[in-house]
Amino acid sequence: MKTCLIVDDSRVIRKVARRILEDLRFQVEEAGDGLEALTACRKSMPDGILLDWNMPLMNGIEFLRALRKERGGDTPIVVFCTTENDVEHISEAIKAGANEYIMKPFDGDILQSKFVEAGLISYEAA
Amino acid sequence: MATAMADADFAFVAREVKARSGLVLTADKSYLLETRLAPIARKESLASVAELAAAARLRRDERLIWQMTDALTTNETHFFRDRKPFALLRDRIIPELQQARPAGRLRIWSAATSTGQEAFSLAMLLDDLRAGGRGVDAEIVATDLSERVLEKARAGLYTQFEVQRGLPVRTLIRHFEKVGEFWRIADRIRAMVRFQRFNLLDDLAPLGVFDVVVCRNVLSYFAPETRRQVLERIAAQMTDDGVLLLGATESTVGVSDAFVPEGGYYRRTLVREQTASAA
Repeated sequence: MKTCLIVDDSRVIRKVARRILEDLRFQVEEAGDGLEALTACRKSMPDGILLDWNMPLMNGIEFLRALRKERGGDTPIVVFCTTENDVEHISEAIKAGANEYIMKPFDGDILQSKFVEAGLISYEAA
Repeated sequence: MATAMADADFAFVAREVKARSGLVLTADKSYLLETRLAPIARKESLASVAELAAAARLRRDERLIWQMTDALTTNETHFFRDRKPFALLRDRIIPELQQARPAGRLRIWSAATSTGQEAFSLAMLLDDLRAGGRGVDAEIVATDLSERVLEKARAGLYTQFEVQRGLPVRTLIRHFEKVGEFWRIADRIRAMVRFQRFNLLDDLAPLGVFDVVVCRNVLSYFAPETRRQVLERIAAQMTDDGVLLLGATESTVGVSDAFVPEGGYYRRTLVREQTASAA
C-alpha cells in the first residue's frame, strides 16, 4: 500500500483529502504545517505528499525546498494543493521540485487525475 | 416535479433528434431527456420537459427541435481524454504516417469535437513534438453538430475545473495563459485548429481527405446501421494508410469491414482487399 502525507493547516481539508485518498487505497498520515511535515518525513519518507502552500510556522514552498535537501527527500512525489492559482506560483512550485499542482477547490476526480499525472496511481488502476 | 412525457411526444422528439443527429433515444433514456432538456423548458417558460416536447410537436418548432438536439448530443469531454490514443498518436501513428510522406502535410480530423478539448489536445501534442525537434506539418479540422459548443471551442476559454482534468500542470502553463478566473489556450495552439460546424450524417466530401480521423464516443449513440454507414463514409475520406481512433468502448469489429483493428486504433482497409474478399 502506498503512503501519502497530507500537509494542510485546515482540518476540514485534511479530512476531505484523507477520505478521497483512502478510497484510492493510500495509507494516509497528516501534518498541520511544514515543520510537522518535515518531522514526519524524517521519521519515514512517504510515497506521496499533498501539500498546501499557506501555513503557519513553515509554509509549503519552504517545506518543499527543505525536503528536497534531506537524505531521501528527492523520492516523495509532491503534489501542491493550494488556492494560489497564478502562473508565478505554479512556476515557483515546479522550480522548487513539485511534481504536480492542484488549484483549490478540488474534488475526487481532480485529485485522482493529478495523482495519475504525477505517477502516484497507474493509469490502469484509475 | 417532472410529469411524464406523452408517448406521442416522446416518439416525435426521438424521431426528430435521430433525423438530425443520428442519436438513438430509447424509452430507458428518459433521465437524459429530463436532465438535458429541463434548462430549455425553463428558458422557454414551459412548466416541464413534457410540455417542451408537446410544444415542439404541436408547433413543429424547428428552433426548439434543434435546441433539444443540441442539448441531447453534447457530451462531457476533457483534455487528453483516455490518454492512450494520444500516446499512440505521438509514439507510433504520427511518426509512421510522417515517414510515409516525408514532404507532405498531415490532415487530422477531430469529429464531434465538442468544446475543443480533443482538438486542442491534438494541437498541443503536435506542438510538443515540434518543440522536441520532431516537426510535424499538420492541419487539424475540428467539427461538431452544435454551434453552441463550437463557440466555446473557438473562444478557447476554460474554467479552473476544466483545465485540471487530464492536463498535467506543465502542459497547462506551457500552452495556456490565465485570464481572470479562466485559462485561455495560447494563440499558437488555437491557430493550429480550424473549427467548423458539420453534421456527420451529411456528405463528408467537402471536408477533404484525412490521414487521421479521431471520432470518439459518437458511434455508440447511433443505431447499428447508422454506425456502419458513418464508418464507411469516413473511410471514403481517408488516405490508403489512414488511421481511425474511436472511443475506449467502441470498435469497428462486427460493424464495418472498412477498417482493420491494429492495437488501439483502426487502419483503413485497402480498397483492393475489400474487392478481393468480396470476389
